[in-house]
Amino acid sequence: MYISRRAEFSASHVCRSVELSAEENLSLYGPGANANGHGHNYVVEVTLSGTPDPTTGMIYDLKDLKDIMHSEVVDPMDHRHLNFEVPPFDKVVPTTENLTLEIWRRLEPHFKQGPARLHCVRLYETEDTYVDYYGK
Amino acid sequence: MVRVTRNYQFSASHRLYLAHLSEEENQKLFGKCANPHGHGHNYTLAVTVEGPIDPRTGLAVNPFALDKLVHGHVLGRIDHSYLNEDVEELRGVPATTENLASFARQALAAAWPADFPALAHIGVRETKRNVIELPVIPQKV
Repeated sequence: MYISRRAEFSASHVCRSVELSAEENLSLYGPGANANGHGHNYVVEVTLSGTPDPTTGMIYDLKDLKDIMHSEVVDPMDHRHLNFEVPPFDKVVPTTENLTLEIWRRLEPHFKQGPARLHCVRLYETEDTYVDYYGK
Repeated sequence: MVRVTRNYQFSASHRLYLAHLSEEENQKLFGKCANPHGHGHNYTLAVTVEGPIDPRTGLAVNPFALDKLVHGHVLGRIDHSYLNEDVEELRGVPATTENLASFARQALAAAWPADFPALAHIGVRETKRNVIELPVIPQKV
């Protein structure tokens, strides 16, 4: 059985790689490569898998999930410039793909043991664009 | 591997009916969707691709190339159209959301570039209450 929780954070970024030419940056990232950056209201959806505890009826305490999502993702990223303030995006291009991977890396250690496993991280950059990552 | 999904809006009209059935039978099967002059929706097409992140670009797919493909081979053919008549593949079959999703899958698969990540899933939302999910490749987890 799966259980999901969502949280929102707002951040700015610029998608531009120093390894690519100006033309390549423009063709891959479009206005996302504009030098001064831009921002989004990101929505992250975290899905855990597990079996409801027979006593509590819960797969995982959603308040604990909320606290982990906030301490690992929302608090360090909300109202920040990802490239300047959130490693590893000083070196890695903060595409939605890479940001989804980074969120998985931050959350996964919390679910190695205990009642639930991390199943999926979905990250919406806009309402119409999102990335899913299942850990492999 | 990641799955990247992009949503696209389009507007179209249709009428659900089968020519060999009576007016009464069509009403029974399709309800108000069989009303004789058709009706329209604002649809959302969700296209999902699956592939590895290119370490050089941080992207699994070039979103602009994907947009161009979807606009060129699907949206350009159905946006602001009467699906029953204007879309050759939907002539003679009911223009249901199910058949519309199949049309989108076939049209995209036929034009899919060899260097693109895999087409993984098609979704078509007709209204807030109706959505058709059409997996193209099984989810690996």
